[in-house]
Amino acid sequence: MRRAAPRPRFSGFDDPVFDAQMTFRAVMNATANPGRVEELSLLPDMPSRLAASLAAAALALIDHDTPVFLDRSFASDPDIAASLSFHTGCGFVEDPSCAAFALIGHPAECPAFSSFAQGTLEYPDRSATLFLQVEKLDNEAGLRLRGPGISDSRHLAAAPLPASLAEELAANRERFPQGVDLLLFNGSRLAALPRSTRVEG
Amino acid sequence: MSILVVANATEFAAAEAALGPLPGFRHLRRPETGLLMLRGRIGGEGTKFNIGEATVTRCHIVTESGTEGAAYHLGRDLGKAEKAALFEALTREPAWRDKVEAALLAPVKARVDEERRTKASETAATRVEFFTMVRGEDPR
Amino acid sequence: MYVAVKGGEKAIAAAHEQLSRARRGDRAFAELELAQIREQLALAVARVMSEASLYDAELAALAIKQSRGDLIEAIFLARAYRTTLPRFGESLPIATERMTIKRRISACFKDMPGGQVLGPTFDYTHRLLGEMGKAADEENVASKPGVPASCKMPGVAHLESLASDATASCPRVAKLLGNEALIEEPPSPSHARPGDITREPLGFPAERDVRLQSLARGDEGFLLGLAYSTQRGFGRTHPFAGEIRFGNVEVEFEAPELGFSVPLGEIEVTECDMVNQFRGSANAPPQFTRGYGLVFGQSERKAMSMALVDRALRARELGEEITAPAQDEEFVLSHSDNVQATGFVEHLKLPHYVDFQAELFLLRQLRREWEERHAAVTATQQPSREAAE
Repeated sequence: MRRAAPRPRFSGFDDPVFDAQMTFRAVMNATANPGRVEELSLLPDMPSRLAASLAAAALALIDHDTPVFLDRSFASDPDIAASLSFHTGCGFVEDPSCAAFALIGHPAECPAFSSFAQGTLEYPDRSATLFLQVEKLDNEAGLRLRGPGISDSRHLAAAPLPASLAEELAANRERFPQGVDLLLFNGSRLAALPRSTRVEG
Repeated sequence: MSILVVANATEFAAAEAALGPLPGFRHLRRPETGLLMLRGRIGGEGTKFNIGEATVTRCHIVTESGTEGAAYHLGRDLGKAEKAALFEALTREPAWRDKVEAALLAPVKARVDEERRTKASETAATRVEFFTMVRGEDPR
Repeated sequence: MYVAVKGGEKAIAAAHEQLSRARRGDRAFAELELAQIREQLALAVARVMSEASLYDAELAALAIKQSRGDLIEAIFLARAYRTTLPRFGESLPIATERMTIKRRISACFKDMPGGQVLGPTFDYTHRLLGEMGKAADEENVASKPGVPASCKMPGVAHLESLASDATASCPRVAKLLGNEALIEEPPSPSHARPGDITREPLGFPAERDVRLQSLARGDEGFLLGLAYSTQRGFGRTHPFAGEIRFGNVEVEFEAPELGFSVPLGEIEVTECDMVNQFRGSANAPPQFTRGYGLVFGQSERKAMSMALVDRALRARELGEEITAPAQDEEFVLSHSDNVQATGFVEHLKLPHYVDFQAELFLLRQLRREWEERHAAVTATQQPSREAAE
């Protein structure tokens, strides 16, 4: 029997169904409470270049029907594409506008948000969700967020981020109900910046 | 792999009984059931189209000695997928290959071939040649 | 307008209990086993698999049992179940030319290469109730499989030699005419991803791949009626059953992590290649055109109906005038799904109390106004009539 060159495979979630459901719930809570940092407890066995929380969210959300864009930093590690494809069945695209999920290992070099799928007025859900892997993520200071799911305002500190993040997010907010949603990941933590959130400095 | 797809629970059990304890393994992907969209071609040979889905079960393991085994088959039998994945790995381990061939693959192949022959002769018995009757005149 | 109603929980629970009892029937008789349904009601199982768009004989048997034999309810159950499963991918196109044939007939050529194989068919039975359905089957099956004595008659060739090539590949009947270009070629294979109505909502105009997917899961009765209408003159297409074949085909899947295709087992399908007369148009010479049907399991009626309706729906492509329901893709495709249809028809029995009260209020008002107008008219007509007299 022919077989591709052996590569150490990563076994993903310990319990694929329930671990994915717990992760889904955490992502949902994070999105319902924009900017609030959530902690994941059930983390998968995936390539170490991926933050554990990002890997978990990827396994929970990505499937055979969702094309994935990997930025150069993630694409340079072949284990990442191989293990995502093995566990989720996803395909990969090089054109960001074709992706349902974009996994960004170097947020500072993230392509312009407008280059990703924005959805349509009839189907705003046909837009991209961006996974940004950051080195710092907490609610100490930083961006001040307002909007649905936030009483008054909330602080979110994340770094590194795309250079022109404020302008990008403002333009993204203008396109509502179209636009992209952002998920930020660090270690076992995650936070969401959905398109409905307004960011002040 | 094509023979493992058609092996049944009794045959796996008989092979295990004959072979004694099998090597340990861990899951790379636990047995899971999902769907496969089945495709056909227009006119049998033209453009592709989707006919409908089928249930498919798969499993992916790696043995103690590091050989990977994979199984995919129609249906929802999780236990069979795990067994098939393990035996698939063993067919590629020199210490096991011949034993698995004798205890599992050969008997399954013999059963399937026999079933095919029976079905084929049943089908052949219904083969018919229609004669067109000449109308309106004496054939002689 | 829909308004939530509350209450009735106890009555609903009791109704479901009663349903369970009714489903079980008289306990003096043994409960049906799923294997019995799968093996002995195989054509009901085939219909559920086709119209649920889900190939799994055990699940279809379970659905038939749970639905008390209501096949549309069974299809609904199987459709609901499939939504709980992830999709692993798409199969390679099944190679029906490599089918292990159990039945293969042509109404166009009596001497086609590979021969005509009748297989398990109701054709040529006398429709005498009770004759075949009872003890006779037990006796037939109990005897040595394969060669019933009744086959040893003129017209049946020597069986041993036939058995050996029964599974050999049979060329398509359409190929027999292909060399003279008297029959159209199927649309040439492309690498384009076929449309998928389970992922993208059906839109119009619909391409042929999408139409076929939709027809494959369409209601057998609805498609049969439409197919019949084309034969009776509502979109006449002069059909001949070019070839109908039923048998097993291997399903192959290219698993991305393996990098090559793997066999997953066999499925039973019925395929129908319908050949239709075509007078030609400004762009195309007169030639036979084709309609295609492909369904799960043994279901000749459905495959033939599908092929006839497929051909009728090609009216736009072939430049034919669209005059009949079977040629109108929006009409056909929007109404062929029996789960959708039963949902919308049967929802009428759900509470519409507020709607109805609103209608009642409106009707009373209209009635009052009409009566006032009527009274006024009568009043003005009365004096003039008297005057005329």
